[in-house]
Amino acid sequence: MDPLILSRMQFGANISFHILFPTITIALGWVLLFFKLRYNATNDSAWMRAYFTWVKVFALSFAMGVVSGVTMSFQFGTNWPHYMEKVGNIAGPLLAYEILTAFFLEAAFLGIMLFGFRRVSNRIHTLATVLVAGGTTLSAFWIIALNSWMQTPAGFEIRDGVAHAVDWWAIVFNPSMPYRLVHMLLASGLTVSFLIAGLSALRYLTGDRSESMWKALRTGVFTAAILIPIQIFAGDQHGLNTLEHQPQKIAAMEANWNTGPNVPLVLFALPDEAAKENRFEIAIPDGASVVLRHSTSGIVPGLNDYPGNHPPVFPIFWSFRIMVGTGVLMLLVSWSAAFFLKRRHSLPKPLAMLMVPMALSGWLATLAGWYTTEIGRQPWLVTGVLKTADAVGPVAGSHVALTLTIYLILYVLLLIAYLGVLVHLALKAAKDGDNSPLPGVLNAPMSQPAAGE
Amino acid sequence: MSFDWPTALPLIFAGLMGLAILIYVILDGFDLGIGILFAAAQDAEQDTMIAAIGPFWDANETWLVLAVGLLLVAFPLAHGVILTALYIPVFVLLVGLILRGVAFDFRAKVPTERKHRWNRIFFLGSLIASLAQGYMLGVYVLGLDVGFGGVAFGVLVAFCLAAAYAAMGAAWVIYKTEGELQKKAVRWLRTTLVLTALGMAAVSLATPFASPRIFDKWFVWPAMLYLSPLPILSALLFLWLWRQTFHLPKPGDRHSLTPFLTLATIFALGFAGLAWSFYPFVVPDRLTIWQAASAPESLAIILAGTVVVLPVIIFYSFYAYRVFGGKATDLTYD
Repeated sequence: MDPLILSRMQFGANISFHILFPTITIALGWVLLFFKLRYNATNDSAWMRAYFTWVKVFALSFAMGVVSGVTMSFQFGTNWPHYMEKVGNIAGPLLAYEILTAFFLEAAFLGIMLFGFRRVSNRIHTLATVLVAGGTTLSAFWIIALNSWMQTPAGFEIRDGVAHAVDWWAIVFNPSMPYRLVHMLLASGLTVSFLIAGLSALRYLTGDRSESMWKALRTGVFTAAILIPIQIFAGDQHGLNTLEHQPQKIAAMEANWNTGPNVPLVLFALPDEAAKENRFEIAIPDGASVVLRHSTSGIVPGLNDYPGNHPPVFPIFWSFRIMVGTGVLMLLVSWSAAFFLKRRHSLPKPLAMLMVPMALSGWLATLAGWYTTEIGRQPWLVTGVLKTADAVGPVAGSHVALTLTIYLILYVLLLIAYLGVLVHLALKAAKDGDNSPLPGVLNAPMSQPAAGE
Repeated sequence: MSFDWPTALPLIFAGLMGLAILIYVILDGFDLGIGILFAAAQDAEQDTMIAAIGPFWDANETWLVLAVGLLLVAFPLAHGVILTALYIPVFVLLVGLILRGVAFDFRAKVPTERKHRWNRIFFLGSLIASLAQGYMLGVYVLGLDVGFGGVAFGVLVAFCLAAAYAAMGAAWVIYKTEGELQKKAVRWLRTTLVLTALGMAAVSLATPFASPRIFDKWFVWPAMLYLSPLPILSALLFLWLWRQTFHLPKPGDRHSLTPFLTLATIFALGFAGLAWSFYPFVVPDRLTIWQAASAPESLAIILAGTVVVLPVIIFYSFYAYRVFGGKATDLTYD
């Protein structure tokens, strides 16, 4: 078996599994801070109940993110040794700064945030929450800087076949970095708001009308309703940035074969790379030109300009459509839920039932988006600098096949366990309602077992 | 020899990486060890043991990420050679770390009837991760030899390192608990200490015979004289700690932290011996730290950050340990 394909599948599987959890923790840290600050300001214990319910989700997601992240840091060496040989001078410092400034900050204060409510003053506990949330966001900053540099490298020169840094500012803030960072942070915010809204809707469906449920539900729905239009705008800007720096990726996303004006927006098609055409195409005339160039005569790049040097069309075309489609669905659901919560102070049952599976819509859109941009970088690992095929290590295909199989089994089982616990926690919170004791808030002695454990 | 950065930087980073590995082995050593000791503990004891490490394990494991990170960023060539040679053991280590890391959280959040399953996974994951680390150490000491001799030696070191971690875990339980569990931990410590001493002796004996270069480094005068405190001091500390296990716990819980600190010192001594043996190689007898290092300007920018951030990290790590100082109580989210 081909170690290249297998190593790519393994890295893809690992990073897909990994990204699910940071996507939750980045924004959930800030949501927890919001719950905490509302409690500090209002003294309403429902905010603290919401905090305690969701801090458990945070702890679990964080642990899943840590263990799958450790795996990533080893895989650079086990499967892609030539990556660091070629661009280690750039990637190294960025990763080192992520570990030094973000990982330790999160890990050290996570303990205080999770278990320290009665061991430190309320102010220190709030500060710990701020530092953990800040740490997760800082971590995103560094890793997005590195990923974006691989997409649109800048600020370096090649000496003796190895990349050397010339301008660190240009490396960190490379052309696609600000767009990708904003797009990803918003994606995290949407993932968390739909997760909170969805699990709260599940509580709502089981008859839970407690204050903490309402508070979480409203927070989720209104945050989603505010973020989604911003995300659509940010995504559009990110697309225009990609058009400028990676036109072949845009050509694949739009499944456009020939460069020219009046390019239609393809809604459905089965792109056929061998024949260089789309089958069963349904398209809006001039659509792509209007979206990308804001004019019907706008020139849109075509795949035929990049023979042998463009990414595979089919997966990108479709993952992009899944992302956009999910985004549109998110807009519809969050706005209608916001309308009902604002005007009617209730949620129609069908809408609540739709919101439960939508709890995972953020995951779907995030994964689809990352597949678009990462597969869209192929055949390059670092655009114009290092091809993916040249980075793979000497490990035998059979070894990679074995490890890949076990990883996949492990990840599926863990995912099932994780989702099971989320539902279990939501149902338990629904059962407890507003009646669960809050020993931390009520200044109970240290030895009293808490509600959640 | 005049001082110049291209020479000094790889050396500094080798030192930093060594420090990160040592801190990792000591810190994650005790929480991995507690996972191994799970097999010998009752249900209620298991909860107390988890409470003794719950707030710390995450930060402990981050030292591994830093160590691998430094290997990756400072010595990219070595990172590739070592990790591709140890492909399967690294994979086994990762599976172990994944299982125990998530079991920590799952065991506290799943419905009660499933808690047992996650306790078992926590034990298994901790054991697998410890064995994998020991195996990798053994194979590395023999110069990444994966022939029959290398594998056999790796297996021996695997069991001894697992025992050493269990000893660290027992020492940590002595520090963090009281009553019956503490007494039990003293007995655990006594048993595991024997295996730990055996393992260290095995690694110490094998190292010089693994490579003629190291043999020459050890058995020449006067280097032998300078090195002699390492084994002698380690042996004395072992003996002293062994005798202490017959007197612990002491009235008023005096010296409850002493076993842990003694073991940490022994680990540091053993580590110093290894570092002396392998210097200047990062891949034994193949790549020196200078051959494997990144460009000086990249190392410089990492060092600048490290100098500022590392003291801060150490400071707030101490703070976190202080917040959760004293005997372990039930761990709650409030």
